[in-house]
Amino acid sequence: MAILQVDKLHFSYGEREVLRGIDFTINKNMVVGIIGANGSGKTTLLKNISGYLAPIYGNVFVLGKNIKDFTIKEKAKYIGYVPQDIVYDFEFSCYDVVMMGRIPYLKRFQSERKEDRDIVRECMEITNTWQFKDKSIKELSGGERQRVYIARALAQKARILLMDEPVSHLDIKYQVEILSLVKDLSLKGILVIIVLHDINLASQFCDEIFIMKEGKIIASGSPGNVLTLNNIKSAFLVDVEVFENPITHTPYVIPSLNGKEQLKVV
Amino acid sequence: MRVKKGIYFGTAFLLLVFTMILSISAGAVKIPLQEILNVFLGGGSETSRTIILNLRLPRAIESAVVGMGLSVVGTFFQGLLRNPMADPYVLGVSSGAAFGATIAIVLGLGIFGISFMAFVTSLMTVFFVYTISKTGTRVSMTTMLLAGIAISAFMSAIISLMMLLNHDEFSRIVFWTMGGFSLINWNHVAYSTPVILIGSFVMYVFSRDVNAILTGEEVAEHLGVNTELVKKIILITGSLVTATAVSVGGIIGFVGLIVPHISRLIVGPDNRVLVPFSAISGAIFLTFADLLARVILKPMEIPIGIITAAFGGPFFLYLLIKSKQKSEGM
Repeated sequence: MAILQVDKLHFSYGEREVLRGIDFTINKNMVVGIIGANGSGKTTLLKNISGYLAPIYGNVFVLGKNIKDFTIKEKAKYIGYVPQDIVYDFEFSCYDVVMMGRIPYLKRFQSERKEDRDIVRECMEITNTWQFKDKSIKELSGGERQRVYIARALAQKARILLMDEPVSHLDIKYQVEILSLVKDLSLKGILVIIVLHDINLASQFCDEIFIMKEGKIIASGSPGNVLTLNNIKSAFLVDVEVFENPITHTPYVIPSLNGKEQLKVV
Repeated sequence: MRVKKGIYFGTAFLLLVFTMILSISAGAVKIPLQEILNVFLGGGSETSRTIILNLRLPRAIESAVVGMGLSVVGTFFQGLLRNPMADPYVLGVSSGAAFGATIAIVLGLGIFGISFMAFVTSLMTVFFVYTISKTGTRVSMTTMLLAGIAISAFMSAIISLMMLLNHDEFSRIVFWTMGGFSLINWNHVAYSTPVILIGSFVMYVFSRDVNAILTGEEVAEHLGVNTELVKKIILITGSLVTATAVSVGGIIGFVGLIVPHISRLIVGPDNRVLVPFSAISGAIFLTFADLLARVILKPMEIPIGIITAAFGGPFFLYLLIKSKQKSEGM
């Protein structure tokens, strides 16, 4: 059974059609990167997959079950979501924040069980955030905060982890740290779908890449097959040069400066 | 931590009992503790019985219950609107109530007429604000805040106009809008206490959900919280509680704003602990404020709103400065 199947998905905000027929099926755990120009529908696609937004046409199936047929609480047991902009203007400790990931498993008046505390600890250790457990989330740096939110999504024991540009505001050290963590998670049995702005990071860390343009997926497959000159030019409307990364042997993309300054191709 | 919380709650509870007794004892006529005990055991003099059972006891209960209700609603609204400036009145309950009360006073209605009008118009105002802020099935909190401010300004203008045109009722209207419990009797207690207690409990049920909403409405939904439903229940219940509180005690400012903040500084942000602590603290604060309102310029009674703002304001500033120093020290 497919882990995630998206079938003829259409979505619009009022008059504006943002997703115009999205189809794909994912059968195994891996890191799927979604890239595309601003406004191409990447975030909207994630929110449709998570069931936060309801498509006007088409369906999303998680492990064979239509997302529409999940209750909000059930959904949270299958899908974890790490937002683009993390709100952190509150006083909760990081431990409390991660513990919120256990909400789907607790009855209204039930207090946290040992099992929940164990899971929270485990998730915080995996994400290397256990040392922040008593700190307020306000006191952390952007990368640390991201890791706390990833820990919370992991505490949901979700099968699918959706991440919306989790590294856009981070410096390169944290970018690599977060993406390596994501890669590890996929190897441990989670499907990660991640929206990325940086094509080269996507190329380096993702098993598969979807390129979106105007509400459609115009190319999907391994980075080597997808990140071609034409695909990128078509999606981003910019001229680029594509090289091979000598270490990972994945495509390496840089903007071409033709007409301005001739690039010396080695 | 659990022990520490136990101590906080124990202390607060004892303080509440102490304040209630003090409130029953002090006033124009001072009643000693022994006599209070006698009255509760069925004895005591006729005068003490009348003063305690007909005047001071319902008044102490009412001020505690109103203080509790306003503080609980304030705590939830601050969380839900993710705005530290939020209080039970942000959605226009107070201006709506003042509007209704002013009309009732101008029309010469009695104390229950005023309460009833205040209750009805405050709920109508909130309903109006809520309807404006709704798009489809979702409610925009920002629109709600702004609409609440706009309608409050509009209502205040109308109230001022009515006051100008009805000079004779000027002081009654002002007195009502600043709040007070001088006209409280058991009938008020009988209808307001169940509404405020049950309403507060209904909101308390959603404490954990509001915790999650504090970290973002959308992420809360991804944590399995039915955000829109929780918002609606709390907005509606909170407004009902506030309207009830206002209908008996007038517009008592500041309680619902500062008690949640002070409580948060003491027990932290977790609503499951914060809400009950706010409830007790609010009860203490308002019972004590009512006591001061009665004795400070004895035998004249001053509106309780003056006390809550005059004492609450500086105390709150002190806390702000202290917490600023603390964060600078880090």
